[in-house]
Formats: sequence, C-alpha cells, structure tokens
Amino acid sequence: MKPANFEYVRPASLEEALVELAKDPDESKVLAGGQSLVPMMNFRLARPERLIDINRIPLLEGVESVGDRVVIRARTRHLALQNLSMSTPLGSLLRTGAAHVGHLPIRTRGTFGGSIAHCDAASEWCLVAGLLDAEMTVRSQARGTRTIPASDFFWSIFTTAMEPDEILTEVSLPALDDSYRTGIAEFARRAGDFAIVAATGAVQVVDGVVRDARVCLGGVSEVPFRSAAAEQVLLGQEWSPRLLRDAAEAAADEVDPPSDSHGDGEYRRDLVRALLPRALAGAVR
Amino acid sequence: MSQTVPVRLYVNGDRHDIDIEPRRTLADALRDDCGLTGTHLGCEHGVCGACTILVDGKPVRACLMFAVQAEGTSIRTVEGLAPDDQQLHPVQRAFWEKHGLQCGFCTPGFLMLVAGQLEEKPETDEEEMRDVLSSNLCRCTGYQNILKASMAAAEEMSG
Repeated sequence: MKPANFEYVRPASLEEALVELAKDPDESKVLAGGQSLVPMMNFRLARPERLIDINRIPLLEGVESVGDRVVIRARTRHLALQNLSMSTPLGSLLRTGAAHVGHLPIRTRGTFGGSIAHCDAASEWCLVAGLLDAEMTVRSQARGTRTIPASDFFWSIFTTAMEPDEILTEVSLPALDDSYRTGIAEFARRAGDFAIVAATGAVQVVDGVVRDARVCLGGVSEVPFRSAAAEQVLLGQEWSPRLLRDAAEAAADEVDPPSDSHGDGEYRRDLVRALLPRALAGAVR
Repeated sequence: MSQTVPVRLYVNGDRHDIDIEPRRTLADALRDDCGLTGTHLGCEHGVCGACTILVDGKPVRACLMFAVQAEGTSIRTVEGLAPDDQQLHPVQRAFWEKHGLQCGFCTPGFLMLVAGQLEEKPETDEEEMRDVLSSNLCRCTGYQNILKASMAAAEEMSG
C-alpha cells in the first residue's frame, strides 16, 4: 500500500528539529532510518500528519568512549555497529547484536536510537539497553535535556517514557572491562526476523567465580525483561555448565510469556531454557 | 491532494527534476516519475527486497525511503549496472551464466544487493554471501544458483 499524506520537514540542526516538533508534537513523528516507521505508514497503521526528517542533522551519528562509559549517538546505523572496531566485551556485544538486526539493506538505514525509541521488546538494542542499564538522553524545546535510565524508559510495547515533543539524542552504556564476557542468542523462524525469544547476558567472572551477572530476555514480556532470578542464581557461584542450566531454569520459571501466533507461552519458556545457556556460554567463551 | 514539492534526483548519473508529493516512496518515484521500471515492487514493507537499489553505494529498500529524502544523493538502479549496451556488469553476467534467475521478478533486487556488497567488499566469502542473500526473497530458484552466481561474480571482481 501507499502511505497517507503528510507534511515533510527536513531541519538542518537539532535545535530546528526540536522547534518543528514542538509545533504539533502529537501529530508529528521523527523520521530516522524509517525501517519500522515507513512500513507502518505503508500499511497505514501509522498516519502522522508531519514527518521531521533528522537524517541531514550533523553530529547525530557515531560511537565514542567517555571515561568509563560508551556513548552511542542516536542516529548511528546498525551497519556502523556491526563494523565497529572496539575490541572490548561491549564491542563484541554490539557487533553480534547488529548482525541479528534485519538484513544488510535494513542495517544501512535503520538506527540504534530509532530502534530504542520505537521500543519493540524483541529488538536487540532494547535488550542491550535493558541488560546494561543504559541511560537515554532526550531533548525537547520546552524542557531541555533529561536523562532516563533503562529501568524507567521502557513502558510497554511501542511505548516509552519519552514525551511526544522529545527526540532521543544519545544512549550511554557502561564500558565493560575485559573481566566481562557478553553474549546474545535468539531464535526466529527466518533469518533477520524479530526473534520469538532472545537472550542476552553480561557476566563478570574473576578466578572462576561470578562477580556480576546481568541477564535480559526479549519476547517474553512487553518490555525487555531483566531476570533477577537468573542473576541471583549466577551471582557468587563457580562457573560451570550446570550453573548455566540452573540459571536458565530459574529464568524460565520467572517469566510469564504471552501466547500469540508465533508461539505460545510454554514454547517461549522452552526457548528461554534453550537460549539462555547459549547466550551465557557465549558470555564466557 | 496534498501539495507537490520539486525534487532533483541523480539516478545512474542522469538528473531527474520531478514534482512529487512527499509521501511518494523512492521506488514509486523511480518507476512512475523517472520512468525507470527496472526497480520492482513486491511487498512494499521492506521484507521481499525486490526494490533494493544503491543509495550512495549502499543497498537500501527503495520502498522504505521517501523520494524527497534522496535529494542530493547518488542513486543507482539496475538500469545503471551495465557499463554500456554491449556489456553486462560482472554480477549480471554471472546470473546469466549460472542460471541465477527464473521468472526474473526478484532479479533486479538481487543484482543490486550483490553488486552493492561486492563493490564494497569483493572478497566476500560464501558464509557472508549467504547472510547477504538472506535479505531478499526469490520464489523460483531455491537460491542455490543465486548463491553460485554471486560467488562466481565475487571471484571475478576480486581477481
């Protein structure tokens, strides 16, 4: 199908974009990579009256280290993350995550920040943000800049703490040191589809013992699901294949996944059991 | 009827000055306003890849970009692959020789996808090529000859 009419605005600066957005926030949408918004518009599931195209605004792309954090600017394309030359556990997680996002022609356009602002609970970047307690920086003309932690950011499917007049400008993640290992595993019926269930882990192992454990699951709830039960099982224990299975079992007990045409709740629980050990095994490879 | 805007597109080195509504996708603008019907439209929501073209050298879905967004970019479609009327692009030649197409509907998308990949990275190995080819759908071939053709083109372009 073809999208409905809209007014097209292409600001040259972030300030100009915020002014344009503030004119009619409820009827406007920010256009970044367009790989989720435009299909929805083609189906007329979304009919924004105005599109604010941020693709020509300078300084909205790139990844940089700032102290013990890594800042990813919002319009950084998936492909740039897949090709990232960052030889840390975080770099590895971002490269692997990007390789799971759609396909090459999706990754050339689609953006890291767009994926997070869109808030599909099975998206790799929402999972990574949940896993690492990311901090999202958003700006509006009326209220300036505010920073929202991941635990407050993701509200529900396609719904975040962002106000309609705000633009996501960057996401800050902890620069995990070399004592961390990271991993991601997911299952989809076709390569490149959104995962039915996805599992991510970041684990710090010192002298064979788990010092820090983070587990985040996708496809089991409306927002990225941090499994406190799995993290509790892992923490302070000696690393072993058995421990991975115990953690996965705890996570499977803890989640209450939805049933839909892609799989019922029990099936998703089984996927958690199967995928979490794979993600964590990657985590200590 | 919403207002049209003037847009200047550079496609395969040619300038096209067109008047379009902002909601016109790049794929529709190429076909209906520039007369370049080699770019095919299948699903119109980014899944099938039939409309894949190169924008500034990179493969994109032309159904997921508005033509107004492409102003000032360098666009390449299947009409711009062959260097002249007498020769084929190495990827076109390989699809011909390895029987990489049957009905041909998906072919422009596959050609642009593979050409974009190989012009960026001629040394692409088979594993990576399989991942690249998973971007697009073909309902005839079963993909094996598309893979063979793509690897034959890779060999020629890297050699």
